[in-house]
Amino acid sequence: MTVFDIAKSFGLETRAGKDHLAEEVTGGYASDLLSDVIAHSRKGNLWITIQTHPNIVAVATMKELAGIILTGGREPDPGTLQKAEEEGIPILVSPLFTFELAGRLYQKGISGLSPC
Amino acid sequence: MLRTFQADLHIHSCLSPCGDEAMRPQAIVHQALAMGLDMIAICDHNSAENVTAFVSAGSERGLTVLPGMEITSKEEIHLLALFDRPEECLALQELVYQNLPGENVEEVFGSQTVVNERDEALGTNRKMLIGATLLPLERIISFVNSLRGVTIASHIDRQAFSIVGQLGFIPEGILLDGLEISRRTSKEEAKKRFHSYQRFSFVRFSDAHHLGDVGKDFTYFLLEKTTSEEVKLALHHREGRGVVE
Repeated sequence: MTVFDIAKSFGLETRAGKDHLAEEVTGGYASDLLSDVIAHSRKGNLWITIQTHPNIVAVATMKELAGIILTGGREPDPGTLQKAEEEGIPILVSPLFTFELAGRLYQKGISGLSPC
Repeated sequence: MLRTFQADLHIHSCLSPCGDEAMRPQAIVHQALAMGLDMIAICDHNSAENVTAFVSAGSERGLTVLPGMEITSKEEIHLLALFDRPEECLALQELVYQNLPGENVEEVFGSQTVVNERDEALGTNRKMLIGATLLPLERIISFVNSLRGVTIASHIDRQAFSIVGQLGFIPEGILLDGLEISRRTSKEEAKKRFHSYQRFSFVRFSDAHHLGDVGKDFTYFLLEKTTSEEVKLALHHREGRGVVE
């Protein structure tokens, strides 16, 4: 599934990176500690978080993530949006909380990677 | 004339839910002097309601107490703000209170006691001081700067509530004055691990929550006098001021 497919199936709204939704999603990662995301996310992952700071775009770029989903109705900071457009990182938003959204994605076959 | 001052600028009082009830003005000032400190700062979580009492208690005994606060940003980063006058700290408190949801649950988080300079309890703060504000980190920093205060990112070597833990790395162009390293990390380790942040001054303070920890960690500053303005100069190595390694 691509980021576009997932956005469509789960009613996510796209806030940035509209031209970068074609990437194939390799799995998911959910965390709000950016140091943890740097350590454990994998290339092509969709990242679910409630952090809205511009650093999320830098982390997604560095780790070559497929996109970022902000949950609980949170909106990206203005600086985050601008940076995401510059870097071509999709930012999607959902009114659902992280647990619920991750559960629904998992049910549809988007899984987290096992640690080893 | 410049001289070296021994400073512990991160101490919690009994107002912080996690701060021991014995962390009151006379007791802390006594302990700070016994530990040989020239200057301390009271930095409670998201509140400054005890700073005036501490400043008075300190001035009676010849100890400089800087009014301060440890603010929790929206990203759940702990940030120290230090000032010269209680009014500046209380202006910050006003902004923080407008953006601090929730009520404290004393049984879970601990009591939040407001005291006077004689160590007498005046009442209890009911806000959830342990919680996070709704304020983005950079907004707090620019507000503190507009009040000419000092900003130091707390315990950056810890995973929890630190700028490095929460944000992965320190954003470019951020207007912080310094970085605090906790006692968990040695000077040498810190130098290696935070090599890329050498543009900032590193400081060590106790983050004391109990009397026995006051002054256990401290930083020597080369200053003309014990003010936050001088500390700011020192953190940027301006006008001959500095942090003594």
